[in-house]
Amino acid sequence: MSAIQLKNVSRQWGSHYAVNAASFSVREGAFAVLLGPSGCGKSTTLRLIAGLDQPTAGEILIADKDVTGLPSAQRNIAMVFQSYALFPHLSVAENILFGVKVRKEPAEHFPARLQRVAELLGLTQLLDRKPGQLSGGQQQRVALGRAIIAEKPVCLMDEPLSNLDAQLRHEMRREIRGLQQKLGITMVYVTHDQTEAMSMADQVVLLRDGRIEQDATPDELYARPATTFAARFIGTPPMNILRLADGPQGGVIAGGQGEAVCSQPGAGLELGVRPEHIHLAPSGGIQAKVHSSEYFGADTIVACSIGEQALSVRAPGKVVLAAGENISLAWEREAQHFFDAATGGRREDVI
Amino acid sequence: MNRINLQHQVTGWLLLLPAMLLLLAFTHYPAVATLWHSFFSTPKGSRPASFVGIENYQVMIDDPVFWQSLWNNLYFSLGTIPLSIALAIAMALWVNGRIAGRGFLRLSYFTPTVLPMIAVANIWLFFYTPQYGLLEQITGFFGLPSHNWLGSPSTALGALILVAIWKEAGFFMIFYLAALQQMSPVLAEAAALEGASRWQYFWRVLFPLLMPTTLFVLINALINSFRLVDHIIVMTRGGPDNASSLLLYYIYQVGFSYWDSAYAAALTTVLLAVLGTTAFIKFRFLDRRTHYQ
Repeated sequence: MSAIQLKNVSRQWGSHYAVNAASFSVREGAFAVLLGPSGCGKSTTLRLIAGLDQPTAGEILIADKDVTGLPSAQRNIAMVFQSYALFPHLSVAENILFGVKVRKEPAEHFPARLQRVAELLGLTQLLDRKPGQLSGGQQQRVALGRAIIAEKPVCLMDEPLSNLDAQLRHEMRREIRGLQQKLGITMVYVTHDQTEAMSMADQVVLLRDGRIEQDATPDELYARPATTFAARFIGTPPMNILRLADGPQGGVIAGGQGEAVCSQPGAGLELGVRPEHIHLAPSGGIQAKVHSSEYFGADTIVACSIGEQALSVRAPGKVVLAAGENISLAWEREAQHFFDAATGGRREDVI
Repeated sequence: MNRINLQHQVTGWLLLLPAMLLLLAFTHYPAVATLWHSFFSTPKGSRPASFVGIENYQVMIDDPVFWQSLWNNLYFSLGTIPLSIALAIAMALWVNGRIAGRGFLRLSYFTPTVLPMIAVANIWLFFYTPQYGLLEQITGFFGLPSHNWLGSPSTALGALILVAIWKEAGFFMIFYLAALQQMSPVLAEAAALEGASRWQYFWRVLFPLLMPTTLFVLINALINSFRLVDHIIVMTRGGPDNASSLLLYYIYQVGFSYWDSAYAAALTTVLLAVLGTTAFIKFRFLDRRTHYQ
């Protein structure tokens, strides 16, 4: 059973499509991340699921029930907003209890429910404070508390960590993931941060210009990107995409010297290799010229070029290379991804 | 070092001087002088003012017109303030929404405030006029009996209250509108998502967040209700039988019609005390329950 299902959902403003015929489903208890650059329609998609915006076409199903026309309150969902949307005049306890109070749920259970949520989130000492007296991370927890006290099966989160510093973000990432698994909530989480997507998600829906680019597990998104956009969106530094040309034995890297990388003619194809899959070969391999190298402690990112085409290499440890130096690069055949140069789509047939 | 310090001090005082002079000449000195004069008799011709202690205040206690004006003022405040605030909030919520001609609506609500008070009073005087006034024409059309709205003791104060509400509500709306536009729309979305109705959202979120504005408006409304004099002069002259006399109008009468300046000073002292006490109560007690962002 899928907890959330979108069928050809579109949201149009004038002639502009914020979301264009998006279809995907999230299974019950899964952590789904809507990932993409700003303006790709991920927040709009979330707002459509939440019922804060109405789609111009398509259907939205929550727990197999068509909710397309229903107001947010009747969709049986909770949501954490990017700005937390805490009520500034209410204490932490009142903020968390806001929903159950306005829905007039039995008041005798409030103290126990509040205590459980407060303990779960470490807010017990802060219940009497106002949101203005809390740090960003604490406010974030209150927003989470307001979402989970309702015990709704689905929780939506709109870039919840974007206002926190890096250290806290890392902490909250683990906490949210832990909470989601512990409570068995179906989560839809919007972010532009690929690290968040990769580390938390069961399912990543990658969006670009309102369209779904790829809907896959984090493993698959990394190992088998469906398009060059997906390939370059995941990984730091992103995957190297190199144009291919025809060579005597098959496709070769355009402008480079060395053996063929595939058996088919290379024109109209692009080769993708992740920087971390390239290693410096003592001899042979493909010749490249060093431009610069940046040392990060655990590894060194070497920026180099094959002919006119730039690429980066992630070499473990400290590698000292001077600009202009010639190096030879090598990688495993399995690390190669082929894409159609015209459409950007993955080509499984090329070997 | 000392000279520079002195120069700084002199510059500081010079900068303060214009505002301080104005405050002293037109606020502090008159207030203190009023209090002082209220303990003296009114000088008449060859008789200079003499110290009479609290005699003016004793007269006041036995003065039925003073008590009636004070009660009238109380009714006037109770009649105008809650209604004009409620109307102001309702109008602000309405014009804050996405409706056509929003700018024009906002402007038209604000019109009563920019019109001169005397002109406003004259327009309403025409509405209320017996025989041919607007109100009479309407009630006459429906065959209702004729009524002199400003001329009968039972309706004179009510008629003035209506004018005041009409005038104040639009003015207060501007403050509420400004406060509403500061409010994050995400709060409304969060409340809606939690299942709060519009009514619940208003009472649990919007109204408490508008409290600072309400407090500010409340003080202004109260001061305005004790400050009203021009409408009365134009429309009723406090009559009939002091039915529409408010405290400031009575002071004006005592001071400038009867020329009993000492008694007027004593009345003014009472007015100041009333206003001072309410301001103190508000800032001291209501402020604590108000959430400022």
